[in-house]
Amino acid sequence: MWSRTWRSSLGHTLAEKILLAHCDGDDVRRGKVVMVRCDVVMANDVSGPIAFRAMEKMGAAKVFDPARVVMVADHFAPAKDARTAELLKRMQDWADEQGVTFYGQGRGGIEHTLLCEEGWIVPGSVIAAGDSHTCTYGALGAFGTGLGSTDIAACLTFGEFWQTVPGTIRVEFTGEKQQFVTGKDLILAVIGEIGVGGATNCALEFVGDGAAALSIDERLAVSNMAVEAGAETGFFNADEKTAEYLADRTDRPWQPDESDPDAEFDRELVIDLSELPPLIALPHLPGNVVPVEEAAGTKIDQVYIGNCSNGTMTDLRQTAQVLRGHRVHPGCRMIVVPATQSIYRQALAEGLLDLFVEAGAMVSTPTCGACFGGHMGVLAAGERAITTTNRNFRGRMGSPEAEVHLANAYVAAAAAVAGAIVHPAEVASGVAA
Amino acid sequence: MIVEGRAVVIPGDDVDTDVMYPGAYLNIEDPEQMKRYLFEGYDPALREQLGDDAIAVTGWNFGLGSSREHVVQALKAWGVRGVVGKSFARIFRRNCVNLGLLILECPSAAEAAGSGSRIRIDTDTGLVEVDGRRFKASPTDPFVLELQESGGLVPWARGKISA
Repeated sequence: MWSRTWRSSLGHTLAEKILLAHCDGDDVRRGKVVMVRCDVVMANDVSGPIAFRAMEKMGAAKVFDPARVVMVADHFAPAKDARTAELLKRMQDWADEQGVTFYGQGRGGIEHTLLCEEGWIVPGSVIAAGDSHTCTYGALGAFGTGLGSTDIAACLTFGEFWQTVPGTIRVEFTGEKQQFVTGKDLILAVIGEIGVGGATNCALEFVGDGAAALSIDERLAVSNMAVEAGAETGFFNADEKTAEYLADRTDRPWQPDESDPDAEFDRELVIDLSELPPLIALPHLPGNVVPVEEAAGTKIDQVYIGNCSNGTMTDLRQTAQVLRGHRVHPGCRMIVVPATQSIYRQALAEGLLDLFVEAGAMVSTPTCGACFGGHMGVLAAGERAITTTNRNFRGRMGSPEAEVHLANAYVAAAAAVAGAIVHPAEVASGVAA
Repeated sequence: MIVEGRAVVIPGDDVDTDVMYPGAYLNIEDPEQMKRYLFEGYDPALREQLGDDAIAVTGWNFGLGSSREHVVQALKAWGVRGVVGKSFARIFRRNCVNLGLLILECPSAAEAAGSGSRIRIDTDTGLVEVDGRRFKASPTDPFVLELQESGGLVPWARGKISA
């Protein structure tokens, strides 16, 4: 069995190393099911209340460790109606009773941006959360993965979940990105290349000079959409930027780590950023990716800047760069949603919120809101939106007869000015890259 | 375990959680109410084909998107006995296992089945019969198989707590 011996001598991927450190035993072969210990368990006002009920059915009275559990009110916050007010209230009551951290309305923001900001996430840690975009934490080198409510109930009770050891697809970004190209375009390029199921049963791993050059905000945007390719999570290797980002946010101990040089990957692909234009995902799949110019001229009714992928200061500054000196087109409306209260205040201090409102945009309190068709900006039949969000499934933001286009903040802001999809260079020729 | 039933074909590939259960209804917690909105954004008429003898038959990458458990809760509330598909998105598959809804990956069986086909699944052998034609399903990990056959994580957790 020569090949067997040879295979067993191979090194480990980052996913395997993190799982190895969080399970009993020393066997993390691809496809093996292991019980993984959680460093943090999180749920929101949609996944949480269902998890609390499941926990009751399990006969569990208390969470495994209140210090490792965090609840965030973001999906239907502020409450849309009496029913959602009830969900938010139940969450508050449950968090009080269990003694866990609760980021209530006005005290936090969109869960994934918030947990990074608040120092809950460090490289090498495992985060299980009742939301598919938990893969965002891969940006900080953590194994963040999305689970359903019953899974979360078991995590809340025992602090662990079952996990099939994934393979790894390694994506190398080379070269320097062009003006108006952001992290959003990098991940859209990956999903366009491998498809919306291309990373099923795998983790994605983003490496290379182009990955190292990205700011933490842009890395969050890339990792956030790993699930849109079907991935369990999407890693960046922790580096000086990660250390700098975490320095004032947390005193949790961590060590940088990465895949061994001789680790085996399911697939490796290289994306040359110097050749990459701003991209757009056309309705109704995040994998329907084309260069923005192929969609130019498409009339737009609503522009939405926000969500857990692209509601950061970086996105708001990019939006302002394009919008400065312009007004939102009369045939179009624009909604800007800073992802967290602290981003909101920073944008306020920088004068960005004033710039947005003066240009004719609406500025919303942090919320998941219209991104998932919940409230605060849903679409009518026949309407077309361009958004910095992560999903453009049919009916995602309201009517099944509406259309959603996904793009970066420069492209979305430029569409607000033109009332139609344009290359941002046509609106903001003087903007620095 | 043997599971038999009538195929209800959910047509297409990449059928996402949002079309199966739109976000506007995520404020509902009672599975009996969730039933009413299953497939609301895709083809509400599919609900009329469901029932307690149904086995859902799906295409590739079924259930991509959200972690919302509402889709699986609603399928169970309709009495659906299992899901046989070409392939599944990760969280959807987990949700089925965790709620004790049988889920099997078997591309050839999913291809062969039409609406109304008789399906017979033997989880011990991994064989799926479609109108008498036999197909071999992709293997399921023994822990995962035991979990879904014993009703999912709730009974598993009860057992662990009382042990």
